[in-house]
Amino acid sequence: MNQKLEPIVKALQEQFGATYEEFRGEVHLFVTTEQIIEALTLLRDKYEFELLSTMTASDYYPQMTPRFHVIYQMSSLAKNITLQLRVPVNGDQPKVPTATRVYETANWREREIFDMFGIEFEGHPDPRRILMPEGTEGHPLRKDFPLGYEEPQFTFNFEEIDLRKPYAKE
Amino acid sequence: MTQIEEVNYEQYKHLVSERAFTGETMLLNMGPQHPSTHGVLRLLLELDGEVIVNAVPDIGYLHTGIEKNMEAKTYLKAEVMSDRLDYMNNLGNNLAYCMAVEKLVDLDVPPRAQALRVILVELQRIASHLVWIGTFGLDLAAMSMFLYAFREREQILDIFEMCSGQRMMTTFIRPGGLWRDVPVEFETAVRNFLKIFPKRVDEYETLLTKNPLFLDRLLGIGKLDAATALQHGVTGPMLRASGVKWDLRKARPYMGYEQYDFDIPVRTEGDTYARYLVRVQEFRESMKIIEQALNKLPMGPVRSDNRKFVPPPRSEIGISMESLIHHFKLWTEGFSAPKGSVYSAVESPRGELGVYLEGDGGPKPHRVHWRTPSFDNLSVVPKLVKGHLVADLVAILASTDIVLGDIDR
Repeated sequence: MNQKLEPIVKALQEQFGATYEEFRGEVHLFVTTEQIIEALTLLRDKYEFELLSTMTASDYYPQMTPRFHVIYQMSSLAKNITLQLRVPVNGDQPKVPTATRVYETANWREREIFDMFGIEFEGHPDPRRILMPEGTEGHPLRKDFPLGYEEPQFTFNFEEIDLRKPYAKE
Repeated sequence: MTQIEEVNYEQYKHLVSERAFTGETMLLNMGPQHPSTHGVLRLLLELDGEVIVNAVPDIGYLHTGIEKNMEAKTYLKAEVMSDRLDYMNNLGNNLAYCMAVEKLVDLDVPPRAQALRVILVELQRIASHLVWIGTFGLDLAAMSMFLYAFREREQILDIFEMCSGQRMMTTFIRPGGLWRDVPVEFETAVRNFLKIFPKRVDEYETLLTKNPLFLDRLLGIGKLDAATALQHGVTGPMLRASGVKWDLRKARPYMGYEQYDFDIPVRTEGDTYARYLVRVQEFRESMKIIEQALNKLPMGPVRSDNRKFVPPPRSEIGISMESLIHHFKLWTEGFSAPKGSVYSAVESPRGELGVYLEGDGGPKPHRVHWRTPSFDNLSVVPKLVKGHLVADLVAILASTDIVLGDIDR
């Protein structure tokens, strides 16, 4: 582990009881939904993580419970280090407190995660979908969402499939 | 048949001021088909006369589900989709993706491939900035700039075509190296470009840099301070124009960037003009890098000989049984990556382009997330345009250099 990163990970471990894993030189720290805002604020104010590089989620359905991980990829420009925070989130009505007040970039990223995974961010100032059109059903990046291949039409069932095809009709 | 629906104001209630509902200010729709939104971006503007009170970007018109599609393809086959994200920075996207794969499976890249990658992505950076300077000029009514810029860009695209057979969607950079070595004419073509281009940049500067009409449109417009920029995750030339010296090529060197001598242009003003100056200076810095890389271009293989991950060269397939088996295995089943996730970032012409790649032990990625710089850079625009005129919005939007394919993915 990076020498500059070690004391930070240690401090977070002590304060939040966080576990960490290391893979290819990257440190992933696990915290809970209740701790995440405090952890982000601490990292920003005390340890100079000025930039929330990205925020995303990953779906482990059906292999793992809790189903989702919300991932916060943080960068410190002053110390030139990166750290990843991961928050396991339950699949049944997933909710995470919003990080918009800590990093404003989280605003759009959280809208994207809501759009793609259906994870709600409590207290979000603008909880709308961002990429998919309004009124879309489901959340595309969930593992149980189909990729959406077109149903092939043959002569014997052409009319039948044509009726439920989603393209514009006369 | 297109359905025409009444716009539901309720959903924008928290985004615009109350004056919009009493009729004091006007809500105006700009885009998604508008020449100066650089793609299919829709902006909902709240205007007080000609002054912008609020701007609400609406994105997603170019959403193609690339992240979802990549999960259904093997690591090698998913790469072709990376070109289609940011269509001004195809090779840069390839590089970001390949670096993530290489990190995930722990793959080496030979030195010649590294140097060639640097040359190619720097050429791509110049090409991207050329499109930007052309459309920037176009938006500010400097029509001829567009024609000059595209003349030079054509030369770069010809070089890409010479290497890969494609002008834009090249997929030339592959996990473990390159698709193949560059042709012998490559060096002459790049050197020709390097000979011509510095004079051309001077030409652009005489046209624009001190042009009073140009300055009137830019100076002091769309000011962004460093703290706001970092809060919004703004990176790249936009961040550097706000006085933060941050460039991943210097901060976390990859592909041997540490051996090249170049500067990071930084301005402190943070306005539209500063962003223009930073990018123009980056033309020159990129040329410096290309020249150095070309001068000490090492000989040797252009892809790793780790046949578990990298397909063998075509010439070997006819004479070696193992090569044939590897070729067959890699292009049908693909290679398996270990369980785990990596995040790898490169400096694209627009900022930090990161790839979060997660393997699940199988031949297909479990999750690919693209941290695209335009997404975050656009999110700060509503703050920048407040209080400016509609005409300034065009200048500000052009100076952010957004690519909608990059935003919507």
